[in-house]
Amino acid sequence: MMDMVFLYASMGLCGNTINFRKMWRWPRQKGRETMQKKPGYLSRFKRQWQYHLMLLPGVVLVLIFSYIPLYGLIMAFEKYNPALGFNSPWIGLGNFTYLFKQPNFLKTIWNTFYIAVFKILGGIIVPVIFALLLNEIKASGVKKLFQTLVYMPHFLSWVILAGVLMDLLSADGLINQILLSLGLRGMNFLGDPKIFPWTMIISDIWKSFGFGTVVYLAALTSIDPGLYEAAIMDGASRWKQTTYITIPMLMPTIVLMTILSIGNILNAGFDQVYNLYSPIVYSTGDIIDTYVYRLGIEQAQYAVGTAVGLFKSLVSGALICISYYMADKFAGYRVF
Amino acid sequence: MQKKKKIRPFDILNYTIMILVGMLCILPFVHLLAVSFSESSAVSAGKVGLLPVDFTLQSYEFALTGGKFLRALLVSVKRVILGCGTNMVLMVLTAYPLSKTKRDLMGRNIYMGFFVVTMIINGGLIPTYLVVTKAGLLNSMWALILPGALPVYNMIILMNFIRGLPEELEEAAKIDGAGKLTVLIRIVLPLLKPALATVGLFCMVNHWNDWFSGMIYMQSPENYPLQTYLQTLLRNFDEILKSAGSDYAQLISMMNARTGRAAQLFLGALPIMLVYPFLQKYFTTGLVIGSVKG
Repeated sequence: MMDMVFLYASMGLCGNTINFRKMWRWPRQKGRETMQKKPGYLSRFKRQWQYHLMLLPGVVLVLIFSYIPLYGLIMAFEKYNPALGFNSPWIGLGNFTYLFKQPNFLKTIWNTFYIAVFKILGGIIVPVIFALLLNEIKASGVKKLFQTLVYMPHFLSWVILAGVLMDLLSADGLINQILLSLGLRGMNFLGDPKIFPWTMIISDIWKSFGFGTVVYLAALTSIDPGLYEAAIMDGASRWKQTTYITIPMLMPTIVLMTILSIGNILNAGFDQVYNLYSPIVYSTGDIIDTYVYRLGIEQAQYAVGTAVGLFKSLVSGALICISYYMADKFAGYRVF
Repeated sequence: MQKKKKIRPFDILNYTIMILVGMLCILPFVHLLAVSFSESSAVSAGKVGLLPVDFTLQSYEFALTGGKFLRALLVSVKRVILGCGTNMVLMVLTAYPLSKTKRDLMGRNIYMGFFVVTMIINGGLIPTYLVVTKAGLLNSMWALILPGALPVYNMIILMNFIRGLPEELEEAAKIDGAGKLTVLIRIVLPLLKPALATVGLFCMVNHWNDWFSGMIYMQSPENYPLQTYLQTLLRNFDEILKSAGSDYAQLISMMNARTGRAAQLFLGALPIMLVYPFLQKYFTTGLVIGSVKG
């Protein structure tokens, strides 16, 4: 999901802006349309049935694996019965009231929110600073090398990274050895409820900042060099150039990326947390997605699990709509 | 113009930061590699930093013979080939008609909306799980492939790329009497190669890295793809070592859970480490070719 956000944003920034309205419709070709009369549907279909046939497999698969599950969301209002499937007896908001009575559920929402907010903030600040610094390196080979190095963790799965982190962060792992040799206290990064959320936040930033850097670098290279030339003429220092030209020119990208990440406010990263948490840190580390997984898949409480899922997508959906609206209204950006 | 020979203190600071951050991203993997090549006693004693201590290949030998690593690798390779192939075929078959105008394809915008909606909302984990179960796909390779068989986002990149191709080529082929499928295969597909390489690489990485669907849809560990198998290692490598039996007693004398896990994790990461520098190049070209021009 985060990838998609990045891709959207970066598409908008790589020179050619993607315009979803244009993607939707072709520009009208006036000449052709007035020349010919519109033929009837049947004769048109006869000419283009091959196209519809080509679309058929995709349509069928999407229908089965995306639209039927969408319909399945009504399970959130039912008492699930395996024999009846998605058409089990209707119980209204029963699953939701059950859910909110669970002592851990509200805590889970808070944990998710806490981890996600700091991930979003760090995921914007760190790449921006890093891109600014990287942009100061003039040797393009060196720049490329660093860019490639920091980019690597992004492409590895959380399973592998979790393995690496478990080894590094364990009680007798490398990090604790370093801490001890420096005369500091060892830390239980994965087992201490106070530290665990920050382990998640920092390791997530570590994984993804290289990727975010690419987006901001693209924005930096598209700044008109004429602006800097003019500033140099006026005797502006490098620092002044950064604060008066680079950062203001980068602001639209930063705002856009922030807005796009707001929809992720309830995504604290299932893959990461699931592979690194343990019951000791449930109090601060259990997030909505891991909760749904345990409830829905492990305990087979399908209806309640779906209710949590629906709750989450409603909140995220509303937040996406609000943030897009605000972006359009106050900053003048249209994403869709 | 100014001369750039002068080294500013800022440059020194900047390079220092860059090198530190770069190391932060690389050293954990160097450490992993060092652990995987070291003897267990050295690892337990905390002697292994960035270089192997008491070099041994036992952990790798165990991974390639004793463990279930190779079987999982085979499942993963099969999955990447089948899954990526399915993705490519479906993406091309969908992107090509959608690149046509509303005039040439009745209901084009309806089709488009139908696909785009799935990018914005989805049924979530449990309803999808139930549909896959009801479809009888549990324990089958297709459970890992079919639910995401059409990556809509990549399909749109392809569609935009096709729109950027010169129309005249297709027109000429049509005048020569070529059917629509022939045009697609003979004219469009060869021109589509760079874009296909981009989205293909993305699909490959996604299939390779996905561990979750393997975990929920595969009931017997024999069917686990590599990443799912590696996931099971994270928590219970000790049991795997214990269950390896006496035949392996000699082999595992100098390794433990930590070195064994490190070796298998490193092998699992290796293909991506080899491929990703190229991916980066494709990634940026992919963005340029995918965007709508004008």
